[in-house]
Amino acid sequence: MTDKVSILIVDDEESVRDSLYSWFIDDGFHVECAENAKKALSILNETEFDIVLADIKMPGMDGMEMHRRIKALPMAPIVIIMTAFASVDTAVQALKDGAFDYVTKPFDPDDLSHLIRNAATQVALRTENENLKEKITSLVDVEDIIGESEALKKVLSEVESVAQSNSSVIITGESGTGKELVARAIHSNSSRKYFPLICVHCGSLTESLLESELFGHEKGAFTGATFNRKGRFEMADGGTVFLDEIATVSPKMQIELLRVLESKSFVRVGGNKEITSDFRVICATNRDLKSMVANGTFREDLYYRLNVVNIRIPPLRERIEDVSLLINHFIRKYCTSMSRDLISIEPAAMKHLEEFEYPGNVRELENMVERAIVVGNGKVIRLKDLPLGKEVISSSIESLDELEKKHIVKILEKYKWNISRSAKALNVDRATLYNKIRKYELKQE
Amino acid sequence: MEKPKIILISCGLFENDLTGRIEEDISHEFHYPVHLEECNLDLSRFYNPGRRQYNANGILKVLLDVAPREAVKTMGLLRVDLYIPILTYIFGQAALNGNSGIASLYRLRNELYGIQPDNALLIDRFSKVIIHELGHSFGLIHCTYPVCIMRSSTYVEDLDQKEKHFCYNCQAELNRKKQLGL
Repeated sequence: MTDKVSILIVDDEESVRDSLYSWFIDDGFHVECAENAKKALSILNETEFDIVLADIKMPGMDGMEMHRRIKALPMAPIVIIMTAFASVDTAVQALKDGAFDYVTKPFDPDDLSHLIRNAATQVALRTENENLKEKITSLVDVEDIIGESEALKKVLSEVESVAQSNSSVIITGESGTGKELVARAIHSNSSRKYFPLICVHCGSLTESLLESELFGHEKGAFTGATFNRKGRFEMADGGTVFLDEIATVSPKMQIELLRVLESKSFVRVGGNKEITSDFRVICATNRDLKSMVANGTFREDLYYRLNVVNIRIPPLRERIEDVSLLINHFIRKYCTSMSRDLISIEPAAMKHLEEFEYPGNVRELENMVERAIVVGNGKVIRLKDLPLGKEVISSSIESLDELEKKHIVKILEKYKWNISRSAKALNVDRATLYNKIRKYELKQE
Repeated sequence: MEKPKIILISCGLFENDLTGRIEEDISHEFHYPVHLEECNLDLSRFYNPGRRQYNANGILKVLLDVAPREAVKTMGLLRVDLYIPILTYIFGQAALNGNSGIASLYRLRNELYGIQPDNALLIDRFSKVIIHELGHSFGLIHCTYPVCIMRSSTYVEDLDQKEKHFCYNCQAELNRKKQLGL
């Protein structure tokens, strides 16, 4: 539909249709005519109109019946009823049925102008209202999820579609990709948004602490339990529980979680009263839960209970086109928080940042930008302000053994496999170094 | 080939000073020579005794038939009360991008509203209605600029508020339409 207000004139008299057509065309409206209600409804089924100006008395279906059918259309236009003096009662009935207004034929030119002006204002208000509604229902709390890449758009579209449901969600992605931000976005766009979002970082708590955190405890349940305490599930009543690093949960807690997720009821540690809470669960992990299920370290039944919807957040290296947007976002964020003027970034520095692989993902980029703003000259981020020239410890190395092996290889290569010099540099004796070489099956290339 | 002109067809008696002034105003706005012709059109068949008014649509159709070939636009000048079926009255009528239009003096007279006659004002109003309707025939739609001649007028007071000229935008649009030969 164009910006022009569109009017459909429905009248069985050709002279009336022609007169109104000429009048409204002169006023710059988009006008079409129909000689009966059937044709008008067929036009309205194919094209959206803003205003319908319809005669009450027409052969076949009359204006009242047509009005009732128009009201059932998905984008029902404003209906103005035209009537002769004799049928004012019918027109009043039409108003009661929801018609916008009625006019008696023939109209005073000024009345017609006013009527259409009012209807056009109503159309504008309705359009504005729909736009505002759309704005309200569009995703909120996603300001910190920066990027325009297709990969990120897919994530946001998944967030939008999953937010309105009550299903459990698992968010997977490497460390630093923004799993908690996505969880917040899901919560903020769900019907639970007016209730709390409770975050629990499972990886940072021991089994007993996690149990107490999630289910709460009664006074005297254990040493130090000097008062009753509500658990996170209880606190999240009506809202959402976000369980970060779900893969680190112990087998015992996995059973407990499964039971709670199935019954939505639990007992506080040391208590005997069943507590019911209505919450939605969103989990996050940087591990491959499916392979953990395969090797028996994660319960299959819990996996299927949690994995109703799976949202995978791509690592930054898979959406490298978002790097420049993220850099500008972080520059704004940190310059504002440090009360500094906004600074720019020199092309060489930008190029390096765009070519970097970001094992630590967005978090790593954010830290780099923050550091560059702190150590830089306050005007522009230069290449030398970035830690790119130095060795960056890859977070893809997860075990200490792996890190040790990599470091030994590096030192051996530096000293051309001279064992004495390498051992000295590593501050171990030669025997230890030989043992490590054997352990890691290292060979000189 | 004869030079294109706007032809005014008077259906009724009009004073010379009135038609002279109107010709001048039209020529000034449209930059075409204006020629006045008289016709003895029988208006009685367009008379509606129930409304005691004349059907403008019918008159306009007949005027199309009598419009001279050399006329770029033809405008019928009348003294009778005009109506179209859906409206109680009109000052004038022209089809958008059409070849002809009509305008009536009847509702422009002060006497109709119980005010002292004012011949100069009457001529001014009539010129405005004719230029407005000619504007429609050149494809111009109603303008929202308060004093533009193409602003919609439903009362004589509205006519008096307007100037006798096109606003900048309407003038530009008119020039474009004329160049395209619309």
